[in-house]
Parts: sequence; C-alpha cells; structure tokens
Amino acid sequence: MADRTDPLLAWPSRDESRVPLALYGDPAIYAREQERIFGGPFWSYVGLAAEVPEPGSWTVSAIGERPVISTRDADGALHVLENRCAHRGLALCHRAVGRATEIVCPYHQWTYDLAGRLIGVPFLRGVRGRGGMPPDFRREDHGLRRLAVHERHGAVFASFDHDVPDFESYLGPEMLPYFDRVFDGRPLRVLGTMRQSVRGNWKLMFENIKDPYHASLLHVFLVTFGLFRADQPSAVVLDQTGRHACLVSRRGEQRANEATSGMRSFQGDLRLADAALLDPVREFPGDATVVMQTVWPNLIVQQQSNTLATRRLVTRGPHAFELHWTFFGYADDDEAMTLRRLRQANLMGPAGLVSIDDSEMMELSQRGAAAYPGRSAVLELGGRDAASADHMVTEAAVRGFYRYYRAVMEL
Amino acid sequence: MSELVELYAEYGDCLDEGDLERWVDLFTEDASYRLTSRENHDLGLPLALVRCEGRAGLRDRAMAIGRTAVFRPRRMRHLIGAPRVVAGADDDTIASRATFAVFETIEGEETRVFLTGRSFDRVVREGGRLRFRERVCVFDASLVPGSIVYPL
Repeated sequence: MADRTDPLLAWPSRDESRVPLALYGDPAIYAREQERIFGGPFWSYVGLAAEVPEPGSWTVSAIGERPVISTRDADGALHVLENRCAHRGLALCHRAVGRATEIVCPYHQWTYDLAGRLIGVPFLRGVRGRGGMPPDFRREDHGLRRLAVHERHGAVFASFDHDVPDFESYLGPEMLPYFDRVFDGRPLRVLGTMRQSVRGNWKLMFENIKDPYHASLLHVFLVTFGLFRADQPSAVVLDQTGRHACLVSRRGEQRANEATSGMRSFQGDLRLADAALLDPVREFPGDATVVMQTVWPNLIVQQQSNTLATRRLVTRGPHAFELHWTFFGYADDDEAMTLRRLRQANLMGPAGLVSIDDSEMMELSQRGAAAYPGRSAVLELGGRDAASADHMVTEAAVRGFYRYYRAVMEL
Repeated sequence: MSELVELYAEYGDCLDEGDLERWVDLFTEDASYRLTSRENHDLGLPLALVRCEGRAGLRDRAMAIGRTAVFRPRRMRHLIGAPRVVAGADDDTIASRATFAVFETIEGEETRVFLTGRSFDRVVREGGRLRFRERVCVFDASLVPGSIVYPL
C-alpha cells in the first residue's frame, strides 16, 4: 500500500505502530485530506434533525473546512447545501440558526428556496431592455449545490460525493448497535451548544477519543471518581475498516486497589461537596456506563453517564480545528433527567472538568509534533495490530484509524 | 452602591489571583452560578458551560480545577464594568448587571482577549456582607478560544 516514491510522505513503518509527525502540520497533507476525506464518499455529520425542527428552519455547519447549510424545506424535507452563492461565492448564512422562506444573497440578491433552487435573479432580463443575462441563462443551472443527505434516528449526515454507500453499511454491523444505543429513534431535545477552537490538528481530537490509555492517567477527575479507569470492565471496538471505533466502559467505585496504586492521578481523599454533580441513573440496556464513539470522518458521539452530546469536528487549516458540541436529551425526559444531564455537562465542553485536560494536551501535541515533521510518534500499546480488545490498555483504535487513513490518502 | 461596586471589584480580584476559595465565599449558601453563551441564552436553551448549585457546587468546581484539572499555567485579568442596578428586585435583593472583558495570558504566550460579555446578577446581604445569590455570565463569542479553566 505504501508507495515509497510518493513525494508527499514516506510512512516510517510497515504497520501503523509509527505515525509520521508531518501529518499534523504539512499543508499538502491537509489539502489532500480536504479533497479525499472531507470531499470523499463518506458520511460527514452535519447536525441533529432537531436543530432544524420545522419547515423554514436552517442551521449552518461545515464539512472539513467547507461551510454548508442544513435546511428543512416547505414540505419538511431535509437538505444540505453548499453555503456558497452560485453567483460570486459568498457564504450566504452566518448565524448559527435561523428561519426563512428563502435564502437571499445580500450582495446581488440572488434568491434561493430552501431546497437550493435559484428562484430569483435581479435584472435577469435587464433594465429597460438593456443588459441582463444572456438569453440562454437558465436559473436551474445555478442552484446551490446539494449534498447527499441521510438522517438516522435524528442525526443528519451529508456527503459532497453522491456516490456514497448506504449509511447502515457505512457504519457496519459492529458500530450500528452502538450508534442506535443513543440514537434509538426517540425524538431528541436539544439542550444547547458549546463551541471552541483548539490550536491543534483535527486528527488529534479523533485520536484522543480512540485512545483509552490517556484516560486512566491524564483525567484525574474521571479516575478519582471512578467514571473511566483501566481496571474497570471495558472494551475497545473497531469496525472492519478501522475507521470507526467505540470505547466502552463501566463505572467503578472511588476505592483504592492494585490498579489505582499504579495511577498517580488517583486521589483517594477527594470528595464532592455536591453529590448531585455525579448522580447517574442507568438509562441504556447493558452494563456500559460510558460509550464514546468515533464515526469517520468528523463525528464523536459522547455518552458519559447521562450526558449525551455530539461533537462535530471542523478543520481550520493544519494547525487548528473547531469542536462543535450539541448536548441533547430525549423529548420524553422528565425534569429530573434533564437537570441531571445539565449538571453532568459540567464534565464536558470547553469548561469541562474532564475535557479541559484534553484540549490542553492537544495544543501541546501540536506544538511539539508540527515542529518535528521528520520524526514519528509511537503507537505500540496493546501490540501493533488494529483489532478490537476486551480491555482498554491498547492503542488499537488509533492504529485502526491510521490504517484506514493511509488507504484513503494513499500514503 | 459603593458596597456593590466593592463586591464586583473583589470578585474580579479573586479570579485574577486564582483564589477560588475566596471566590466561593462571595456567594450565598444557596447560590446559583451559570456560565453560558449568548447563543444558548438568546435561544432560551438551558445548557450552561459551567453550572454550580449552592456553595457546595461552587466548592466542587474550585476543588476540581485546583486538584484534578491538568492545564498550562495562565493568568486571567478581569475588567468588570460598573454594575448597573436594574428594577424588578424586592427590598432584600439587588438585581444588577455588569459587562466584563477577560484577558488570558498562557505562560510563554502573548495576552489575548479571552471572552467578553454581560452578567445578570442577584445580590443579597448574608453574613454581614453582600454576596451573589445568582450570577449568570453570558459571553458574546460564538467560539471559545481553547479552554475555560477558571470561571468568569
């Protein structure tokens, strides 16, 4: 697979036990990612259907770095459109959410309906017989470009490449049950959003959620309060391709044992003054209390106790990305459950008692890695393959990600 | 009024000095603190980036930042505008608003504007001094630069 003559990059190992640090800062790599990964035949997450609840609702997001608009037209159908006026290329929608019957470009007032059809062009036939568009100008040739769209149980995905496999085969039999665990078909209720920019390469975020090694070490809060720890029953699950993965774990107790003695981060003496912060109730079938799912190429589904969120990755050049969190519950949640989700949201987001650690580490990773493009990172925990495991002392999911990444990128 | 101004000044000072224990003490026992974005606030969405209930919840936030969170050392600088007392509160409660601008200096980096916004507050007298019974900080930005380590 690795072509040693490829001028873009020579992969430093036969397998994925090494990752070249050039992947984190090279503009040519980044350009190829935009084209092949975010422009390729893959389902990128754009948002929740509940964010465009009614005919006329629209919301903005991005795939890779390309801005898109999600709309619900007058008939209730969902569309994902390039956020780019067909005339001069302006980004048409700026606010996060809105309602409209049509989309009007402010520059020359080209007007589109919510399905992206061009319905109005000022001075089409000229003014007093002068000027105007040529006689063969056809409005139907100049609509907003539509992406392929698929909604599954309230989550909306889109692809620039219409030659994309059906969504269910795309997720695969290993991942679909985990996806449906949270998106089980019940109507969703959006609780709010959080957005942050991180000065790091977008892949660092994906790696982070595929890497259970750090969770038991870096996250003192998780370890101390037993939310995620190497000694608890857990699993790392990959799909056949390696591109998607889940970290699955079960909550334990705040009690010292053989495993915690090896974790400097376990703080046995800490107690919460407000126990309501961590007052989880079981709401999903099975024993797992946390499932973090990564869906290629831009989605993280977070279920930590009762805090549920999607995290959408938006790239901003090789050295920065944005993380868009949408926290949600179910329309049939009672008040106590909603409050529980809102309280547990303290763990996540830009101010999250757990996730602060991650964004800090990613900025440090970027600073080191991007400055040494000729060097490599080491991924050998749990072996050199990329297979599912019934424990979390493995970096297999990160290797799986890079195995697939190399195939798509031809590196 | 000068006592109210003093409360806000002390509030900013606690956070500038990273003294979160003293920060907790500026709230009443039953206080509520929320930090959220203008977008959530305007859309009436209940999610907050930081949500503390009572001094217990504030103490947990202070403990977690002080003892469990891993982050690069940084200095925060709070410029809090003069509080404006608004109508609607009863005799015992002052409803006030203030704008804030917070700057962040991560060690080894230049200073950047971190977040700006407004706070919607309820202040009461408890234990011989004014304290916040409710503080809702609403920041303007659509994107948070990096992490919010310390409360606003």
